[in-house]
Amino acid sequence: MSKKHGNQTVFFQQPVSIIAAASIVGPKEGQGPIGKYFDRVVEDVLWDCKSWEQAESKFVSDAIKLAIQKSGLLDTEIDCILAGDLLNQIIGTSFGVRDLNRPFIGMFGACSTFGLAMGVGSMLVDGGFYNNVIASASSHFCAAEKQFRFPLEFGSQRPPSSTWTVTGNGAAVLSNKTGGKGICVTAYTAGKVVDMGITDINNMGAAMAPSAADTLITHFKDTGRNPDYYDLIITGDLGYIGHELVLKITQEQGYHISSNYTDCGIKIFDRETQDTHSGGSGCACSAVTFAGYLYNQMQNSAIGKLLLLPTGALLSTTSAQQGESIPGICHAVAIENIS
Amino acid sequence: MDNSNITKERFSQMVDKSSPNSNIFTNCCKAFAIGGLICVFAQAIIQWLLRMGVEKDIASTLSSVSLIFLASLLTGIGVFDNLAKFGGAGAIVPITGFANAVAAPAVEFKKEGFIFGVGAKMFVIAGPVIVYGLATSWVIGIIYWLFNRIGG
Repeated sequence: MSKKHGNQTVFFQQPVSIIAAASIVGPKEGQGPIGKYFDRVVEDVLWDCKSWEQAESKFVSDAIKLAIQKSGLLDTEIDCILAGDLLNQIIGTSFGVRDLNRPFIGMFGACSTFGLAMGVGSMLVDGGFYNNVIASASSHFCAAEKQFRFPLEFGSQRPPSSTWTVTGNGAAVLSNKTGGKGICVTAYTAGKVVDMGITDINNMGAAMAPSAADTLITHFKDTGRNPDYYDLIITGDLGYIGHELVLKITQEQGYHISSNYTDCGIKIFDRETQDTHSGGSGCACSAVTFAGYLYNQMQNSAIGKLLLLPTGALLSTTSAQQGESIPGICHAVAIENIS
Repeated sequence: MDNSNITKERFSQMVDKSSPNSNIFTNCCKAFAIGGLICVFAQAIIQWLLRMGVEKDIASTLSSVSLIFLASLLTGIGVFDNLAKFGGAGAIVPITGFANAVAAPAVEFKKEGFIFGVGAKMFVIAGPVIVYGLATSWVIGIIYWLFNRIGG
């Protein structure tokens, strides 16, 4: 029997427990408003490596190792790692898990990767294929600038609508061993690719906002839940502009989320003092905000029911240079503290 | 999208309304100040060289070379990008910007080696400026030649 409800949502028969989460970030993230919640703040973004790409891989491997350690499981008990990043051919991740000696399923959903990995990982566990799975995502400011924009030392002005790529890696251990108790993934809404014709690569929040609104509304329709079912609804990396647009679109469709909706890109940096313009972005934005801050808030029961919606812009430098618009995607993961 | 009947046109208007614009007036003032200071500095070098007895043409060239050297040095030690972030076009339009556009990728792509990295990527930003700069001077040259023929 299918566990699918409505058009795009699956409910898990036995909620999949998140038994541990770990986050490692760069110095700027450590200085941000939620800096104290991260497991480790690395003082130098190059982290004794030879390149930004190698440094990103170190964030990946160390955060995953830390998550396994915190879970109390043996390395051999991890059945699979589902992870991804923004670099071409997801090398940040594949080189990061190279020495971990565990099965690896590469994930790509641009900055929505953490939601994708959590959703698919939960399906694999609830489907009975695996007992323990790692969901993880990373990004690195310098590596992303190098690949998508300009060399780091090139003099340019970032427009007010631009966002700042988060440096770090967030990892969560999904497991069936608590029997559906504790902090659990209860539902997952896989997103569709939505493109409303935005071509400005310096306004990713606007490009992704329609996909976030679409997945959010679909989630409500599929589950029959109202916005106030959740203590917090949080998108991945829309920043201030995308956040405002999601509010407008959902409002028009009759969903009032303004009281309990925010964005990880708004939470992670202080735009007044950290010069981050529209907010944080990158795969790590939602991954470390969840693995650091939100998971902690759920453990402290400050948040009981959370809807996490990592958002991704599915462009490449080639598609952007050829004048294509920027398609967005958003995956919704419902996480609840079950006693 | 299925869940909303917003058209691309209307969404584009919503985005324009929600997205703040750069503060053009402030940016212009900063660019004027930084660009002006760079030019004053360059002129000071020329004046100093002239007083040392250097010929005018050579003094101008040495001034440009000095600016290129300083901008490349500041790029290498990670200062120029901050100057350009503040001064915008004021720092980018003078020859300092061109030096930065060549030095920055050279530094960034050193990891990919001297052939495929530094050599291949050094002109990734400045390349188009050189190509179209040359092409434009070529067209202007032809126009100049034609006018001279008609006039003469």
